[in-house]
Amino acid sequence: MFVVQYSKLIHMNKMFKSSFNALYFFTLLSLTVLMSCGGPQRKTESGKIGRTDNVTEIKGEEFAQLTDPPFVPPPITRNYATKVIVDLEIIELEMELADGVNYVFWTFGGTVPGSFIRIREGDYVEFHLKNHPDNKLPHNIDLHAVTGQGGGAEATYVAPGYEAIFNFTAINPGLFVYHCATAPVGMHIANGMYGLILVEPKGGMSKVDKEYYVMQGDFYTDGDYGESGLQPFNMNKAIKEQPDYVVFNGHVGALTGERSLKATAGETVRLFVGNGGPNLASSFHLIGEVFDNVYIEGGSSMNHDVQTTMIPAGGSTITEFKVEVPGKFILVDHSIFRAFNKGALGILEVDGEENKRIYSGKSEPGIYQPSAEAINLYKKKRGYPAITKEEMLIAGKTLYDVNCAACHLYDGKGVTAVFPPLAKSDYIHGKPEKAINAIVNGLAGEITVNGVKYNSVMPKQALTDSEVVSVLTYVYNTFDGVDVKITSEQVKKLRK
Amino acid sequence: MNFSFRSLILLFFISLQLNAQQRSELKTMEFIPVGKYLPLYSGNNNFKTTAAFYIDRYPVTNQEFRQFVQENSEWGKLTVKGLFADKGYLKHWNDDNSFEDRLKDSPVVNVSWFAAQKYCECQGKRLPTTDEWERVAAAGLKSADGSKEKDFQQWILKVTSRPQQKPIPDIGSTKRNYYGVWDMHGLIWEWTYDFNSSLSSGESRGNAGSGSDLFCGGGGAQSGDVENYAAFLRYALRSSLKAGHVLQNLGFRCVSDVKKTSGVQ
Repeated sequence: MFVVQYSKLIHMNKMFKSSFNALYFFTLLSLTVLMSCGGPQRKTESGKIGRTDNVTEIKGEEFAQLTDPPFVPPPITRNYATKVIVDLEIIELEMELADGVNYVFWTFGGTVPGSFIRIREGDYVEFHLKNHPDNKLPHNIDLHAVTGQGGGAEATYVAPGYEAIFNFTAINPGLFVYHCATAPVGMHIANGMYGLILVEPKGGMSKVDKEYYVMQGDFYTDGDYGESGLQPFNMNKAIKEQPDYVVFNGHVGALTGERSLKATAGETVRLFVGNGGPNLASSFHLIGEVFDNVYIEGGSSMNHDVQTTMIPAGGSTITEFKVEVPGKFILVDHSIFRAFNKGALGILEVDGEENKRIYSGKSEPGIYQPSAEAINLYKKKRGYPAITKEEMLIAGKTLYDVNCAACHLYDGKGVTAVFPPLAKSDYIHGKPEKAINAIVNGLAGEITVNGVKYNSVMPKQALTDSEVVSVLTYVYNTFDGVDVKITSEQVKKLRK
Repeated sequence: MNFSFRSLILLFFISLQLNAQQRSELKTMEFIPVGKYLPLYSGNNNFKTTAAFYIDRYPVTNQEFRQFVQENSEWGKLTVKGLFADKGYLKHWNDDNSFEDRLKDSPVVNVSWFAAQKYCECQGKRLPTTDEWERVAAAGLKSADGSKEKDFQQWILKVTSRPQQKPIPDIGSTKRNYYGVWDMHGLIWEWTYDFNSSLSSGESRGNAGSGSDLFCGGGGAQSGDVENYAAFLRYALRSSLKAGHVLQNLGFRCVSDVKKTSGVQ
């Protein structure tokens, strides 16, 4: 029944693209909605509840190849279940959480997130969890892929210097989180004890050019974001769910600069994305890309054409897309302050040929000259014109600080060769009409000020005639110590 | 009657002997009066009373343990029976039971529960129960109930969760608590007499009987103080142990009862 439904979905998708036969489309849609009440769609099994038929004959034996993030082991080419031996070592160590900020991480395999494990649906796993003798604490592992008490947590509870072994059959396919589940669980997870295990479906996954492993986590430190030195775990912030850091792959900048993920335009990319938490759910988004396929919550159901996908703490997703054009594509948690203020930011750097039809880049740089209407709207919000010289100086200072100081600086000295000076400037000194002209009409092209060449653009300023008088009175009086008589009529005459 | 009269006399002489022995040891022990504390896995307000006892002021050092090994050769690094200690027993010592001089005042580690228990027994003492140990550990710097000293609590969490310092510093290098006892936090883990009781018996919990209290949600549901993360770490560590285990950061200290001397006099 659900096989039928799935094929209809695909069919529907094609129909939607090729035809606009609305009636047919909606008939199919309502049929699908009705049918989908029955349960989740499964590609691998026919939507049946229970997976014991995955307990099949085991052929051979192999050691799992584990990889550090952001890399994943190669796809599985076997078409049968085998016995897989996984050897995972727990290491407590001090590493960087951000530049100059250290943190004591508890890790699976020496990295945060822990080593990536890749097996196949139906595989019989012999799991060895080793707690390094230099460690201080007991640990264990709860693999969400495991069906059984604690996901293996109870069976793997192990003191420093000892090893625990347990076996399980991976009866459900999907991308699963694993984590430590020793008391206090929140603290073990907050210190980085999580990773991903992929159970590939029997038929394998489609071939892509690049595969990467990314995992988000939130961290709680005594010091605020960026405070340097060794930062201890802060329990109170963790309980209040107020992290100082939200990061991909264990530290700020783990996926930027030289460590950016790489691809070439035209390649297909698959991201295995997890969220270790311990607290926050992730609004996972890739700036400048649309996910062509998303395996919802890392399971077997697929969504298409997705902008942002939700990853719960202790959950995952698989996204697939083709990088069509070169550029720097930014991975973020679109709960956006986490990206720009707490570190949840990574880069997928794509090189290769441009495709102007898909993305042109900036076509023509231009200056926005606001319309008369916009200027009038703006003026309405201003106060009354200044009359006396004292009023002009006061009003002029405010106007200068708001409109001019960003480039010409508060002392009017500008930035050599970039923003020309106004103080002791041979360009405007004794030539107020030049200053007025620049303010009311804008200025572009090369000019020479005090012997230095400037070639940039100053947009015209949305100031009233009397405001121009005030700001120039302030400029000449304050920076040059001269009293220059300027009138509103003079300004009006120079407006183009 | 006759028998009990004789044993009473015998006990009297033993206690005199103990009395003399203990008087010298009291210099290195601190008195903990009868009192109550709130164990982690007890639910709210389920206070527990412990009788008065003496506890070693410091953990047992390498130097002290070597003295014991010299007097009891079956507990040497190479002579210990595999049943009583896992491979790695006294790993930080040389095979002839010597060790680097700088380790003499640092706490002995890599010892099994059996070895620790035997050591205490030979001193006329015993290992503290978990309740006794935790009661001393619950003291703050200025009062018997340290839970209100917030800075001290955050310090405990910090030193408990950081990696083990190597080499392990000397005894007396951390903090002295309200009772005058040193190094209850931040130096090493310590064996207790009933180290695994929080898993194997219902004694210290409302509805125990399985290990689930220490995993996932159970860890929070049963505890009297969910914010006492350092206590969770200690209970978790103890529960992961077996009596033959030897860890690079697990040592011990001893206690003795007050009754032995005062009861007969």
